[in-house]
Amino acid sequence: MTEDKKTLFIEDKEVEFTNEPNLLEVIRKAGMNVPTFCYRPDLTSFGACRMCVVEVVYPNGRRVINSSCTMPPEKDIKVYLNTSRVRRIRKTVLELLLANHDKKCLTCEKSEDCELQRYAKEYNIINIRFPDKDLKDYVPADDSSPSFVRDMNKCILCGACVRACSEFQGQAVLGFANRGSKTRVQPMGGRPIEEVDCINCGQCVAVCPTGALTIRNETDKVWDEINNPEKVTAVQMAPSVRVALGEMFGLPSGENTIGLINAALRRLGFDYVFDTNFSADLTITEEATEFLDRLKTGENLPLFTSCCPAWVKYLEMEHPDMLKHLSTCKSPMSMMSAVLSNLMPKNFNVPREKLTVVAIMPCTAKKYEGKREQLVTNGHPDTDIVLTTKELGAMIKSAGIDFKALAPEDHDSPFGEYSGAGTIFGASGGVAEAAVRTAYYYATGEELQDVDIKQIRGTTNRSKSVELDIKGTKVKVRVVSTMVEAEKAINEIKNGTADFQLLEAMACPGGCINGGGQPNSFDDSSIKSKRAQGLYKEDEELPIRKSHLNPSIQKLYNEVLEHPGSHKAHEMLHTTYKDKFAGSYKDL
Amino acid sequence: MVELNIDIKNEQQKARDEIKKQGFRVLVCAGTGCVANGSLQIIDKFRELGADVSVMTDYDKITIVPTGCHGFCEQGVLVNFPDLDLTYVKVRLKDVEEIYDALKNHKIVERLLYTDPHTGEKIHKSEDINFYAKQTRTALANCGEMNAECIDEAIAKRGYEALSNVLKQNDPNAVIEEITKSGLRGRGGGGFPTGLKWKFTAANRGGKSYVVCNGDEGDPGAFMDRSVMEGDPHKLLEGIAIAAFAIGADEAYIYVRAEYPLAIKRLKIAINQAEERGFLGDHIMGSDFNLKIHIKEGAGAFVCGEETALMASIEGERGMPRPKPPYPANKGLFGRPTLINNVETLANVPVIMLKGADWFSSMGTEKSKGTKTFALTGEVNNTGLIEIPMGTTLREIVFDIGGGIRNGKKFKAVQIGGPSGGCLTEEHLDIPMDYDNLIQAGAMIGSGGLVVMAEDTCIVEVARFFMNFTQNESCGKCVPCREGTKNMLKILKKIVGGKATMKDLDLLEEIAHTIKDGSLCGLGKTAPNPVLSTLKYFRDEYIAHIKEHKCPAGVCAAMKKVVIVEELCKGCTKCARNCPVDAISGELKKPHHIDQSKCIKCEACLKGCPFKAIVLE
Repeated sequence: MTEDKKTLFIEDKEVEFTNEPNLLEVIRKAGMNVPTFCYRPDLTSFGACRMCVVEVVYPNGRRVINSSCTMPPEKDIKVYLNTSRVRRIRKTVLELLLANHDKKCLTCEKSEDCELQRYAKEYNIINIRFPDKDLKDYVPADDSSPSFVRDMNKCILCGACVRACSEFQGQAVLGFANRGSKTRVQPMGGRPIEEVDCINCGQCVAVCPTGALTIRNETDKVWDEINNPEKVTAVQMAPSVRVALGEMFGLPSGENTIGLINAALRRLGFDYVFDTNFSADLTITEEATEFLDRLKTGENLPLFTSCCPAWVKYLEMEHPDMLKHLSTCKSPMSMMSAVLSNLMPKNFNVPREKLTVVAIMPCTAKKYEGKREQLVTNGHPDTDIVLTTKELGAMIKSAGIDFKALAPEDHDSPFGEYSGAGTIFGASGGVAEAAVRTAYYYATGEELQDVDIKQIRGTTNRSKSVELDIKGTKVKVRVVSTMVEAEKAINEIKNGTADFQLLEAMACPGGCINGGGQPNSFDDSSIKSKRAQGLYKEDEELPIRKSHLNPSIQKLYNEVLEHPGSHKAHEMLHTTYKDKFAGSYKDL
Repeated sequence: MVELNIDIKNEQQKARDEIKKQGFRVLVCAGTGCVANGSLQIIDKFRELGADVSVMTDYDKITIVPTGCHGFCEQGVLVNFPDLDLTYVKVRLKDVEEIYDALKNHKIVERLLYTDPHTGEKIHKSEDINFYAKQTRTALANCGEMNAECIDEAIAKRGYEALSNVLKQNDPNAVIEEITKSGLRGRGGGGFPTGLKWKFTAANRGGKSYVVCNGDEGDPGAFMDRSVMEGDPHKLLEGIAIAAFAIGADEAYIYVRAEYPLAIKRLKIAINQAEERGFLGDHIMGSDFNLKIHIKEGAGAFVCGEETALMASIEGERGMPRPKPPYPANKGLFGRPTLINNVETLANVPVIMLKGADWFSSMGTEKSKGTKTFALTGEVNNTGLIEIPMGTTLREIVFDIGGGIRNGKKFKAVQIGGPSGGCLTEEHLDIPMDYDNLIQAGAMIGSGGLVVMAEDTCIVEVARFFMNFTQNESCGKCVPCREGTKNMLKILKKIVGGKATMKDLDLLEEIAHTIKDGSLCGLGKTAPNPVLSTLKYFRDEYIAHIKEHKCPAGVCAAMKKVVIVEELCKGCTKCARNCPVDAISGELKKPHHIDQSKCIKCEACLKGCPFKAIVLE
């Protein structure tokens, strides 16, 4: 028996719907759209901005106005998207928001990337009939965070950041305060964001429709370094950058643009172009060794991956008792920076004080990681400057480089070669999969034949697990993205029900490909899956798909580090953690 | 039929016997208003003197009973002697000894009797006071006549009898049917048919469901629900229990604003007593029905009276409304089916179940049945809490119950339904007040605030007052309400400040409609009502402020003009010397003149003029 087809009418066109959570999704599926500030498919519908209002006529003739992001689709209703009533509401909403906004578009980080600006233009808001925001209501921007800047004079209170913080990370670092027109989004007690339990994941920035939350722009610093004749610049970029940057230049999501990025980085003037994928392979050889050691001794299991700085900070703040589980491996970015800081002077004859290490990351928390005291050598941070994917895109645009027209180029050696295992780091599940590929070899001396561990792939499921058989030894792997899911895994450990030995945790839903520093993707939840597919595609196409088989890695161990887990490797590639709030109110 | 282990009739008899043992009863109002006037001290004083009971003829004992609110708060503290059919009003501590002496000597303290403002007649019995005579008390029936902290008094007044009947009958659908038949509609504002709401919620019977009682009475000046909670808490608990039984819930919340400490205290006492007696808790009266009632204190946000915001608040979230659908009947508190009714609605339930749907629906109009409570305030002689059958006219309320306008002034309008309601004018004095007639007139019953305005009330200022309230109480979630009301308020301030143009008036009206159309919740959708309805009936007054810079009611300070009457001015120059801003000029012994562009309306000249030649225009 076939089920009755459910249809409704949008602008008098019959449209079928199935299990869409709301009318807005049905509208979009039908190839149409309505504006919205507060609707984000990955967050709960909020219904606050009232931009997506539509006029609905029920079969009995009743006519209502409702927000399409909160209204469930119903059979046989007629939906009108642009009646004068709803357009008047949208125009008034825009006028009201603009009246309460600083309107400094020319000097705004988000200019031309701003939903408010876009709709103001689309709705022809030329004249704002309401008085400007009172001068006394202006507040200074909060730039306490190394990752992003909060300028509440541009906030339209759509609540996307508030929801992202609590629904993804369970942190609720941002919340609404006060009532009426005095309502504000602010960190607990109105304190600077860096003084509360912010993990710098930047998901709030990623979902913000205006310039209220922007990535801390450090491109000028990089230009200064590039243009300084005294300095040698070395740049590395994370796996996720290659499958997302193209979006800023009209290329499809998930298209691997690594060749173009290499070329663009050279055009910008970087002296050495390396790849974080190389150090991702290095992370795996170290971490797989560490994992097997712990499996042998049974101590501090499950092992937590340590690539995600937001996750590391989360543990340091919320669960310092769990830090012993955390792998002591530095993240791929910091491993690369450590390798460069240590080896560039010898191998390339570039003294450390003349070297500038720049990292291009999909991540706002990496800006924080770059400043961690544990990652500073002789008073000099191993990573000098961290840029996000978006900032790199802006640099390429400002340099007048026609990105799409570039001829692809290769990376520099030897810190550019990578395996497929290194590249899948960017997607949730990738680190665990890469670790298993190598751990299997280290444990058994045999190469794993079927390297695809599909149970832990995918960007929609935020908690995945797989049980593996390493020649008779059963190993259970848990992969989580978002701290909400991580918290559940930690609770299992605390109450003794955890059945896994390896926990991969990433703060951003779906992993780094959906990081807070990536190009906008808040409108379309399928983008992150496309980016992840781009990485898995590269993995499949690469001749080498296991980290320990990367010849440059093997060479590094042979010439410098001896073997994975050696004393030398520990000195260069491992780090320490500490209870962030030791001695503070949390100990009282 | 279910066999119960409590025979309620038997309990009633026992309770009545207990009360008889109290002997001579003195009822002293201990509602919030009277407590503020010192009723607790009066009760103590009575008790102190009451030790000497031998003097009381026919009784061997005297018992002082603190009661809930009588409703006639303006005349508080009220002291009632039911055995003598005697009521004293405006009693103060110093009067107690005199009252006591008079009692002993079978005399009456004349000066403490209520005096009719029109006839000057002294009235002994409260039922003869116009304020009470025109009322029909159902929800408030026992308020002021019993000790709210004593469950026996409630039982004596047939409390929990309806619950006992319902449990015996054991047919939840029959209960819903009876409520549907009664025509009871939500008393919290919207007027949604209660039976229908119960039916929708009951359709999801099976899993966990909740009953939520909305006691977050936030309208300025409204205190109907408070009176029920303070004066007859058991009736509310019984109503909740019947509702929970009908929809299949085993847990209920009463959301009370924290500004009602007395209501919270009395509800807590009532819940404890009812649980002790087996009227609440597990296996109520021996049946299979269990109910745990919690009290949740609100933090004083007006918006938490909105049902979805209220539920968010119970869940521990910020009190922000959630979009509907889903409706609470399907997905409410903690994501479970939830029945949410207002205090007054639930207080009507036991009496409907006891006296029958037909009895209830015999009161009221075709589509609005039963009675409704109102908080009558403003420029009337008698202010307080009233309960009247639906369909009573405004004229009866204002002129009979309210005793007419104070100081013989002329009636202008009433603001009904609080900040979400609208105004009614002279032309509405004779329409029967019910849900539908009021909606048609651009107002609403709302929770029942009724503010009477006289001719010297500035209607624009009233609109500004309410807009100021809604703007401050907006939760800040949706743009039209948060930013729109702010800008409406700005324009209203401009109008009362004499700085607006006709363009502002157009804009005011336009955003009012946009807010109505575009807001997320009921609070936002109704926020512009006071402006829209006053614009409908008093547009001239708005225009007078704008075009003529005149406040017809003479209220708005910015509109006042200080002028010198030439004929009276002797040219003494005193005013010119008093003026702090040099706005007055003129030659000695010749009439002086005020430069209006300089005048700051401090009235220093006016106060100082020996010839009364300076007046306000």
